[in-house]
Amino acid sequence: MIDVVLETPRTRTLVLDVPGWPGHRAGQHVDVRLTAEDGYQAERSYSIASPPEDTRLSLTVEQLKDGEVSPYLSEVLHPGDTLELRGPIGGYFVWDIPTGGPLFLVGGGSGIVPLMAMLRHRSASLATGDARRRLPARLLYSSRRWDEVIYRDELTSLTEKDPTLQVTHTLTREQPDGWNGFRRRIDRAMLEQVAWPASAQPRVFVCGPTPLVESVASTLVDLGHQPALVKTERFGPTGGAV
Amino acid sequence: MPPVSRGFRGRRQSTDTASRLPPGQYETRDFPVLSAGPTPRTSLATWDFTLRGANGQTARWTWDEFTALPRQTTTKDIHCVTKWSKFDTVWEGISVDTLLSEAAAKGVVPSPFVLATCDGGYTTNVPLADVTGGKAWVAFMYNGAPLPPEHGGPARLLVPHLYFWKSAKWMRELRLMESDEPGFWESLGYHNYGDPWREQRYAGDE
Repeated sequence: MIDVVLETPRTRTLVLDVPGWPGHRAGQHVDVRLTAEDGYQAERSYSIASPPEDTRLSLTVEQLKDGEVSPYLSEVLHPGDTLELRGPIGGYFVWDIPTGGPLFLVGGGSGIVPLMAMLRHRSASLATGDARRRLPARLLYSSRRWDEVIYRDELTSLTEKDPTLQVTHTLTREQPDGWNGFRRRIDRAMLEQVAWPASAQPRVFVCGPTPLVESVASTLVDLGHQPALVKTERFGPTGGAV
Repeated sequence: MPPVSRGFRGRRQSTDTASRLPPGQYETRDFPVLSAGPTPRTSLATWDFTLRGANGQTARWTWDEFTALPRQTTTKDIHCVTKWSKFDTVWEGISVDTLLSEAAAKGVVPSPFVLATCDGGYTTNVPLADVTGGKAWVAFMYNGAPLPPEHGGPARLLVPHLYFWKSAKWMRELRLMESDEPGFWESLGYHNYGDPWREQRYAGDE
């Protein structure tokens, strides 16, 4: 590990220099394996945050209360330490330029991570406004509160540079003074307002806690989106409302 | 021996838990949901289940016919390739052995491989030997209640001795085949067989 970036109070990005990394596609993950001195091991999967264009591999890790691996990655691991990785893994929840668009991303909490890899990939590989106009993207991102929005400044600066990218936040628990955005969980009315219409056949990627993913995916199908174009990835145990 | 992670102690399980956990797995008390797309909703009125022989013969059951077959209840540990394991899950359904013997009357004969196909387009492949001999069920009850859609209801394949992606949700057909054919995840980099005790997670694992 060569660097750590604090993203939010509970989330940090580990920047890794991986010799021989074979490359990856946006949306894939890696398995991280920790080994204690007596040989005891623990493994978990983490989404890759960096786009394929980066020379470094970034993983963004949310520290879970009662977690076994994430507290170690968050608090014990230091730059200079070595991490055992396996990957890239996963060939379905992936998006790259040839997949086409428009692109509609829905994230809850740290479910933003693989979606961010897609947005970074789009931004890095589509250099001109023309290219971006042919592949417009929208992100609907649900967080509990403003200081828990991962990649907040980067999302803002991406949208400032790129009128073909639209980012919509909803803050479900607590909103800053003067907030005039959404302040509820993602629902049908919000999706009708923010998503591309089904007739545009957007490529949809939904990642977050299970209740969010279940509800968003089935609502999109109700709104006429083809199930085959709606790809989902879930994390967390059974719950964790965002 | 892989490199030691400086300062990592980990959470040790009791010997009993450790002995039930395949390598790289941890125990969860929740029941996580994983699937690649939206949850299909199939009404029981239109649901049916087909066992299709490689010879083209088929046996088909409506929901009422299917659930009237002799049921079994089984308690199993399950292991997901995403690393969680859950102990003592209680399922009720029809043994694949029962389905094969019922289907034999319709001229469906065994073949060495099966492919499960599902609402939503999911598929997974398993050798016949891994779904016979009391090793697999088509389950429609979980913990004494109808299997919820997000966990694969109306009915899912249950092959608990393999990683849980083999236990296909929303299954509608088991197809017997003379040769093996990779399913959905098996075509996307996951192991063709998926034995958790040999940690066969990904293509290339021994």
